[in-house]
Amino acid sequence: MYAALWRIRLFEGQVQRLAAAGEIPGFPHLSTGQEAVAVGVCTQLEREDVLFTSHRGHGHVLAKGSDMEATFAEILGRQTGLCGGRGGSMHLVDAANGVLGATGVVAGNLSLAAGAAWAAQAQGRENISVAFFGDGATGAGAFHETLNLAALWRLPVLFVCENNGYAEFTSREEHSNVKHVSSFAAPYGIATQTIDGNDLPTVIAAAREAIATLRRGAGPYLLECMTFRMAGHYVGDSQQYRSKEELAEIRDKCPIERLKRHLMERGVKAEELDAIGERAKVEVLRAVERARAAPRPDPATVLDHVYRAPALAAIRG
Amino acid sequence: MQHTFIEILRRALDEELARDPAVHLLGEDVAAGGAFGVTRGLADKHGAARVRNTPISEAAITGLATGAALCGLKPVLEIMFIDFATLSMDCLVNQTAKYRYMSGGQLAVPLVVRTQAGAAGGAAAQHSQSLEAWFIHVPGLIVVAPSTPGEAYGLLKSAIRLGEPVLFIEHKRLYTMKGELVPGVDLPSIGRARIARPGTDVTVIAYSAMVQTALEAAQSLADAGISAEVIDLRTLLPLDMATITASVSKTHRALVAHEAVLNGGAGAEIAARIGAELFDELDAPVLRVGCGFAPIPFAPELERALLPGSADLVRAARELMNLAG
Repeated sequence: MYAALWRIRLFEGQVQRLAAAGEIPGFPHLSTGQEAVAVGVCTQLEREDVLFTSHRGHGHVLAKGSDMEATFAEILGRQTGLCGGRGGSMHLVDAANGVLGATGVVAGNLSLAAGAAWAAQAQGRENISVAFFGDGATGAGAFHETLNLAALWRLPVLFVCENNGYAEFTSREEHSNVKHVSSFAAPYGIATQTIDGNDLPTVIAAAREAIATLRRGAGPYLLECMTFRMAGHYVGDSQQYRSKEELAEIRDKCPIERLKRHLMERGVKAEELDAIGERAKVEVLRAVERARAAPRPDPATVLDHVYRAPALAAIRG
Repeated sequence: MQHTFIEILRRALDEELARDPAVHLLGEDVAAGGAFGVTRGLADKHGAARVRNTPISEAAITGLATGAALCGLKPVLEIMFIDFATLSMDCLVNQTAKYRYMSGGQLAVPLVVRTQAGAAGGAAAQHSQSLEAWFIHVPGLIVVAPSTPGEAYGLLKSAIRLGEPVLFIEHKRLYTMKGELVPGVDLPSIGRARIARPGTDVTVIAYSAMVQTALEAAQSLADAGISAEVIDLRTLLPLDMATITASVSKTHRALVAHEAVLNGGAGAEIAARIGAELFDELDAPVLRVGCGFAPIPFAPELERALLPGSADLVRAARELMNLAG
């Protein structure tokens, strides 16, 4: 678990480095600081369980067990990437591993996750579906519509809110009159909990409880994880809207530091933990270098996969 | 045996529900039969779990159907009026249409969104629109618009089996139209137009209820000695340019007719395509007939004044003949 946190932290560090260097197209959104939510929830899922993440989803994909090199290659837009370079940072899909997509439109993934849960329910499977979203999504109508529908149909969907206090550049105080996202659960009759999302043991315990509820068929669950975005909204965001004091406090709340303290209090030696971090670094750097060396997609294939080949491949619209 | 458009849609849905356990119907009021009674009795027959009412939440139910389609179901979602599909647009445009592509072919969305469109007397500005042009602009979608009960039967079944996201647009004015069901006929291929009436002088390209209007116009034109060939597109996306090309190469004159407003309508795309690909075949510019540029009004006199009718098509066809000298 400690390694899993570091894998994401270092992966995002490499994304930041290469995006700043102009090697990554577009504007990737980093999950730095929110690793404990990704690891705590995703490690409690079965491979057949599915997740739908948001624009800030690299950590969820890695924590679910997708191949690091293929994930990085996708973010670089390479042929060997998860989606062959068609999706990119905001649209990672690894279907065989239950990563069914990420949406760049805030709140757009919630109903998709509910739909996946409906399919599992309709087909008598015990799988659950997870939607990761930020507190910014609660301003969208689709959030409320989906909560109502999921509760009504008792769908096995876990709504995981990563409440990092910001909707892009706007603080929660400015974008919502409701302090806690979990407050929205009660009117719809949805089980909920607000937890410290930067404390990995807490996230794991809460995720286990929520997932057990879902597998019992008790309907959806809303898990609000209070967390902190250590980086800006996207790579290159200068974060003028955040105070120095706030940014300093964020570093104190780092989920990796906290797990390290937690483990050391239980007798784990600092050297052991440092060695885990070092191994993660070697793994990440190797994956990144291999992804960078991977071929770029063939421009001649640009129209492939708009429709199923070959029946409709020749469609010009 | 004659059946109405509604009865024939119901029969197609009934047969597909029986044929494939992955098929599920959902939408506002569908378990109760839907606003127009298309799904009446299907919940009793196939179970409440497979024919489900939803809240009035177009955004969520479109996403729900899309997510379920990603995971093994073949949902048929009813959006009661195409005007309400405005609320489904984020999902349809940003998710549903793009899933196959964005995932590099890992995932597909075998989803049919049934909706109804068009003006039919007093439904006014928010329940009468013809918004198909918005959807043909989106790579990844299929757009089907049947013109008769018999066509609707085959096209709906083909759409459900296609494995792609299909917007299936029914015209409310056709719901009471009766037609035959011919047993044992092969299901139509999605993306193929048909010749609704053969002719030699002018090609009239239409879809949905406008095919009926075009057939009326063709009869009037025949009485005046002008032979019009009517193409029923059946699918707007993809567009069957092969059928259009064969016809226009024969008649050398083309008229595109639809109930939607002309500005940015499907006819603009079709006319541009004919102009670019068949310029040498044309004896006259491609003409278009469509709705005036205003919201659909409530009062019947005003609605009639705005909507294109067979007289408008006849006038345009005559103009084409005169222009051709």
